[in-house]
Amino acid sequence: MPLVHTPHPDLPPPITNVGVIGWLRQNLFSSWINTFWTLLASYLIYLTIPPLINWAIIDANWIGDSRASCDANQSGACWVFIAARFDQFMYGFYPESEYWRVNLAAILLLAMMTPLFLERFHYKAWLAAAILFVYPVVAYTLFAGDVFGLMDVETSRWGGLMLTLVLSGVGIVASLPIGIVLALGRRSNMPIVKSLSIVFIELWRGVPLITVLFMASVMLPLFLPEGTHLDKLLRAMIGIVLFQSAYMAEVVRGGLQAIPRGQYEAAQALGLSYWKSMGLIILPQALKLVIPGIVNTFIALFKDTTLVLIIGLFDLLAMIQAGFVDAKWLGFAIEGYVVAALIYWIFCFSMSRYSQSLEKKLNTGHAR
Amino acid sequence: MSESDPNKAAMSVSDHVMIEIRGMHKWYGEFHVLKEINLIVHKGERIVVCGPSGSGKSTMIRCINRLEEHQQGDIIVDGVELTDDLKHIDQVRKEVGMVFQHFNLFPHLTVLENCCLALIWVRKMPRRKAEEVGMHYLEKVRIPEQAKKYPGQLSGGQQQRVAIARSLCMSPNIMLFDEPTSALDPEMIKEVLDTMIELAESGMTMLVITHEMGFAKTVANRVIFMDEGEIIEENDPEAFFTTPQSDRTKLFLSQIM
Repeated sequence: MPLVHTPHPDLPPPITNVGVIGWLRQNLFSSWINTFWTLLASYLIYLTIPPLINWAIIDANWIGDSRASCDANQSGACWVFIAARFDQFMYGFYPESEYWRVNLAAILLLAMMTPLFLERFHYKAWLAAAILFVYPVVAYTLFAGDVFGLMDVETSRWGGLMLTLVLSGVGIVASLPIGIVLALGRRSNMPIVKSLSIVFIELWRGVPLITVLFMASVMLPLFLPEGTHLDKLLRAMIGIVLFQSAYMAEVVRGGLQAIPRGQYEAAQALGLSYWKSMGLIILPQALKLVIPGIVNTFIALFKDTTLVLIIGLFDLLAMIQAGFVDAKWLGFAIEGYVVAALIYWIFCFSMSRYSQSLEKKLNTGHAR
Repeated sequence: MSESDPNKAAMSVSDHVMIEIRGMHKWYGEFHVLKEINLIVHKGERIVVCGPSGSGKSTMIRCINRLEEHQQGDIIVDGVELTDDLKHIDQVRKEVGMVFQHFNLFPHLTVLENCCLALIWVRKMPRRKAEEVGMHYLEKVRIPEQAKKYPGQLSGGQQQRVAIARSLCMSPNIMLFDEPTSALDPEMIKEVLDTMIELAESGMTMLVITHEMGFAKTVANRVIFMDEGEIIEENDPEAFFTTPQSDRTKLFLSQIM
């Protein structure tokens, strides 16, 4: 007897698999072990979160202008300290009357970067070039002054979040291209280029950043000819850039190695020169592959800028520390560190999210 | 297209020598991969190269557009001798298109961008003009509707046809095919072979490494058999398949037929 197939109608899933109850069952109470961890985690959350909220928000001291307003109530955080010192956390020792210059530079940067995120903006390449080459000049002019009637502000007075952003911004923008060149150099067929790249990379990767910064600030001036003055901030910047570009080179090299030989050959067979095949075929794919690694290095760089403290530059963390060792505000270290952590986290997390969205956008569905 | 000879005769072969290889040798380190290769290819000829894997057939055709360097002997492509001179290499690569076993499309570019890239950056053609040329050849390989897609979204057969279109965009006089159907599922082989047959009918000089003996019988006017880095036998397809000369060829044919 022939078997006749009758199609089954679509049935709704059992009620225990959908909705809130279904979600809870699947994710929190699917087994005894899972139930145990759910209960343990709930208990830990109960132990930590309410006191934290009490300390940070409910019992906290929000209003006032000196520590007197905090001393009365010691069970909560003293955000008065943060408010009173906030300008210094942002601008360091930058003269108060000139804060507008820093603000203007920040607004200008945000305004220039916004169109880059718009889908339908067609001059992205030109704008990006302007941000990379024109903006730094404008920003430096604004920050340093001494031209167009702007007051001269020495780099030693730059500080706080502004300095952190200047250092990491320059570090990020400069280390990527240098890293790419070093990575290409390391994979080059030319023996001299290759060995120079290897020596450079291994040298900088082999020493701690603290050592690099010390060398830049203490030893380098000894070797420079008498009378040459190289700004301390500039020296730190160069140190950071060279150090990070060595790391970047290795990240990029990882990407280059993942590109199949066939891609190089197809580019060659079409008559593309070395630089064109690198720029148009290999690097776009290689860099896309290593976005997580590149952003990882950027994030590490952003946080490593805190090390400039040891050579006497006052970045965000250093300004916050300077704040709570001040006799007027002694004893508010926790508040200071919490704020520092929060600000660093916001920047690093934004970079991480942006890299994820970039990866998604650049995915062309090619499974390799 | 049928298997009859009149069709084949319609594809004209001229006396003009497109590729001349004289006494070519190549080594990988100590390993002697190519030994005393001599080959003359006339304009409009379709040559099929076959042989067991590792016999040096890929290496030989890759020497013709200098993806591999030969160490001894001469390779002359349409009057230009291949030397270390980058100008000569560029000139030869302009003449020679290549299709690979694994397509080697650029996965980060759309199909149309794959076709236009070299026109824009090597030939300095304005983008609009390049896109016209690209579309023209995509129509020739019959996938113009895929122009805006990425290679990863196409089937293997479609990808290989894009790769053929990409090479044709550069208007080469010689096309090299390195096992163009070996990486394809059986039902996709035909669409690629059909494209290649059409190309042959248009008078293109072709050097094809393939194990598709049907293709060799229909399209080729010469079949070359290689083994252990040497050309063992060279004959017209009819004779090659019916009365192979060397024992090595007989063994090979008995294994693949």
